[in-house]
Amino acid sequence: METFFQQVLGGIATGGIYACMALAVVMIYQAIHHLNLAQGEMAMFSTFIAWQLLQWGFPYWAAFVLTLGISFAGGFLIERVVLKPLENAPVLSHLVIFIALYAIFNSLAGFIWDFTVKPFPSPFGTAALFGEGLIGAHQAGMILVTLIVLFLLFAFFRYTRVGLAMRAAAANPESARLVGIRVGTMAALGWGMAASIGAVAGIMIAPVVFLEPNMMLSILLYGFAGAVLGGLTSPGGAVFGGFAVGVIENLAGTYIPVVGAELKLPIALALIVVVLVIKPNGLFGRTVVQRV
Amino acid sequence: MKKDLRYLGTLGVAAGAAVFAFAAGAAETGVTDTTIKIGLVQPFSGPASAYSQIAKTDQAYIKMLNDTGGVCGRQIDLIAYDDGYSPPKTVEQTRKLVESDEVMFIFNGLGTPTNSAILKYMNAKKVPQLFVATGASKFGDPKGHPWTMGWQPNYVDEGKIYAAYIRENLPDGKIGVLYQNDDYGKDYLNGLKAGLGDKASMIVAEQPYETSDPTVDSQIINLKASGADIFVNVGTPKFAAQAIKKAAEIDWKPTQFLNSVSNSVGAVLKPAGLEASTGVISAAYLKDPQDPQWKDDAGLKKWHDFMDKYYPDGDKTSSFTIYGYGVSQTLEHVLRSTCDDLTRAGVMKAAANIKDLELDVSLPGINVNTGPDDFYPLQSMQLEKFNGERFELFGNVLDGASASN
Amino acid sequence: MTAQQDIALPAGRDKTADRKSGTAMLLLSIAVLAVLFLCPLFLKNFTVFQLTMMLIYAIAIMGLNLLTGFNGQFSLGHGAFYAIGAYTTAILMEHFGIAYGWTIPVAGLVCFVSGFLFGLPALRLESIYLALATFSLAIATPQILKLSILEEWTGGVQGIVIIKPDAPFGLPLSQDQWLYYVTLGTGLLLYWAARNLVRSRSGRAIMAIRDNPVAARSMGVNVSLYKALTFGVSALFTGVAGALAAIVVQFVAPDSFTLVLSIALLVGLVVGGVGWLPGALAGGAFIVFVPNIAEEVSKGLSGAMYGLIMILLIYLMPSGAGGLIRTLADWQKRR
Repeated sequence: METFFQQVLGGIATGGIYACMALAVVMIYQAIHHLNLAQGEMAMFSTFIAWQLLQWGFPYWAAFVLTLGISFAGGFLIERVVLKPLENAPVLSHLVIFIALYAIFNSLAGFIWDFTVKPFPSPFGTAALFGEGLIGAHQAGMILVTLIVLFLLFAFFRYTRVGLAMRAAAANPESARLVGIRVGTMAALGWGMAASIGAVAGIMIAPVVFLEPNMMLSILLYGFAGAVLGGLTSPGGAVFGGFAVGVIENLAGTYIPVVGAELKLPIALALIVVVLVIKPNGLFGRTVVQRV
Repeated sequence: MKKDLRYLGTLGVAAGAAVFAFAAGAAETGVTDTTIKIGLVQPFSGPASAYSQIAKTDQAYIKMLNDTGGVCGRQIDLIAYDDGYSPPKTVEQTRKLVESDEVMFIFNGLGTPTNSAILKYMNAKKVPQLFVATGASKFGDPKGHPWTMGWQPNYVDEGKIYAAYIRENLPDGKIGVLYQNDDYGKDYLNGLKAGLGDKASMIVAEQPYETSDPTVDSQIINLKASGADIFVNVGTPKFAAQAIKKAAEIDWKPTQFLNSVSNSVGAVLKPAGLEASTGVISAAYLKDPQDPQWKDDAGLKKWHDFMDKYYPDGDKTSSFTIYGYGVSQTLEHVLRSTCDDLTRAGVMKAAANIKDLELDVSLPGINVNTGPDDFYPLQSMQLEKFNGERFELFGNVLDGASASN
Repeated sequence: MTAQQDIALPAGRDKTADRKSGTAMLLLSIAVLAVLFLCPLFLKNFTVFQLTMMLIYAIAIMGLNLLTGFNGQFSLGHGAFYAIGAYTTAILMEHFGIAYGWTIPVAGLVCFVSGFLFGLPALRLESIYLALATFSLAIATPQILKLSILEEWTGGVQGIVIIKPDAPFGLPLSQDQWLYYVTLGTGLLLYWAARNLVRSRSGRAIMAIRDNPVAARSMGVNVSLYKALTFGVSALFTGVAGALAAIVVQFVAPDSFTLVLSIALLVGLVVGGVGWLPGALAGGAFIVFVPNIAEEVSKGLSGAMYGLIMILLIYLMPSGAGGLIRTLADWQKRR
């Protein structure tokens, strides 16, 4: 029973990582109705920028804010420069662009900062908090930051004009254009915000998994899984999904005999697929009515 | 039978061609009067690209050799290709090197699955697959694969060394193992079990992890819960560091053994936290450049000079650059000792006839030794303990093969 | 990765233009075929090997195209079926001593069944959710292949080494040339089958589902069955490609079938042209040769080069090689 309790707590701690990333996934989905495969690599690149700023002697929070700004500009520019010309290309072409961006960021980061793991500082310290340190100060801080971002995002989409316009632009570009929303600008704005949230996620995750160019490889998948499980249209659902994935994964690894330890990720994913088969729009997602 | 006859025919043609070639004064494939062409395949891209630092060090070393006059009066042309750690790509790139670039041999290919993929091909073609960069025990089989040779101490032997230490000093302990779920992790685990022999039941928990796992937190919690008081950490640098850090965070204080792949102070113990790492036991065969005891070491001095001049971007805290230097130095030795017989067979013969070669970067007393029946160039290691600042070597130089009983 | 309609071919092209450019296309096809048949006789064995790999990837892409291009279902996990095909062949050859020729249809069959079974639950999943499910499949594949309880059969992480077959009947061909022709023959057979499938009644049903599932259902098409069957057929193609790859590469191991493979197949599909079967050849060439070009340009930044080439290609031909050829044909016609 003690192990169970510890694994659940441990799962919530790791789930915080996934929840963070899941929020970035929801952000981009709300803005462009796509999943961006390069999102993890963009977050990794942002984190390296933060690391570089810290190396140059910037204080932590200055580096943090500056990185968010740079990431926003970077995301905005990528949309304008790389994706704008392909506005009318088929979806699969966009997918290839995402894959290309993925390769470029990964390769560039390795080229500039090489592949050795680097420790990344935490603003919350590393002291153990409770449960014999199962959740450390940093993890608790990370969960807090995730919840703050969640709250901001929720408020943004629910109460601001830009947020509403962005959702409209993504859900139905033609109608949105008719009511005077600048669909292109909205997409670029969405990219910028998603890049910033990704930067927050990267900066929060790096102290736990260490900084290196491949750090986001699997975290992005967990983030996707969490977001999809909770519902891509619901930031709160995505955060819940992230935590759920962390806990499910730990429990599968601990309690399923023979194959559990070796297959904890596939088992967790299979469970999510089962959930999706039963509830195709995720646990908290809205059902989309299809028109013929 | 029919097949044999055809092979005989081929042999006849080949012999004829050889005689003809000899008459024309041509030398071995890849060798001219002024150059020796060597091939190398490593992951320069993809998730395993961190290892390509080894290849870059190899290239830098060859450049140094060429700048100082080359070997056997010839310049070395080292052609390096990228396989992204994908076995089909390794086959393609290797065939390109052998059949299109016509290299004399392949040097220091990296990875177990990748080298396994070309093992048969290289031996059928009788092209040396020299000093593969993997500690898997299967790359040292002179009978089965006479054209393939490893270099570093193999993982099984290292596992046995830890087992011997545990049997002797911690006979009542309970062992928990964290291992990467691939050939590398499993070789260690098997070595550990073989070394423990009848005491293998001391292992109370085995926790695998995948390289796709973001963290190994869950595994460490389970290991602690198993009641283990000895922790054998068979992870690559990132995961090994995470494990040490997590163990300290959850207040688990076992006697820790850290596999040599990850015993770098700069790349593992520092990120994990020096305090949390204090007391970690590991085994080494190469010098750690971070270790102040080698401050005035002549061998490492040469390595420092080499790094400054030929690989200034290289990471001096990484064990990969030390590794690349050591393996390249061994290559230099092999080539120099076969100058009068620069053939593929000659290279293999020289590689299988190294006696007590001292490397600049290997620990004192750990030398390269091979023989016609011994295709494991390095086999000895020495235990070391981390004192919060650096590793301190202790005990004798141990031979993995004899550590089991 | 959103709505399915987006993948549809440019519609509304008039038939007469098709017939006119048809002759040119026929001539082009004959030329390509002739080159494919003759080239191994004049090339080094290593190059023949590369071309064989290109054909193998082309077969796999053709399978993916049936699913994505014609049925509108995404798959980021076709590497899994490629792996199942490869392992079926390897295990049959290694543990049962079955001749390589027989293992290929068996591998196809096994993959058809796996694809069908995977397709059944995947039916309920649309676009992004299907993408996630298949993405998961790609991630899970190497881990399942490594599983210690299957190690007796799969060889675990060490994989299985296969013996390369000689040309039969004393044909004066090297092993590489022989395997090239085996692959070419299989590829042409499958191409013929795919073409006929697409033009058949079933093919129209499959495409109707892509264009508008609700309308297709109301017209009496059994959407679930067709979707699952298409998944099966698509997996069959890809599985046969995997089986051939196992024989040609002489080795299977979990690390050969990672997410990178699935992604490469998808990129090959888009580069070749979604919904255009011959485009697979261009896609196969992309997978084999472009990484090498990227590496030549810059070793340290080969990933970035690879990405740049991809972006460039998409700019130049947003609908892949197929789209480019169609555009050229239209331009020719207008002149």
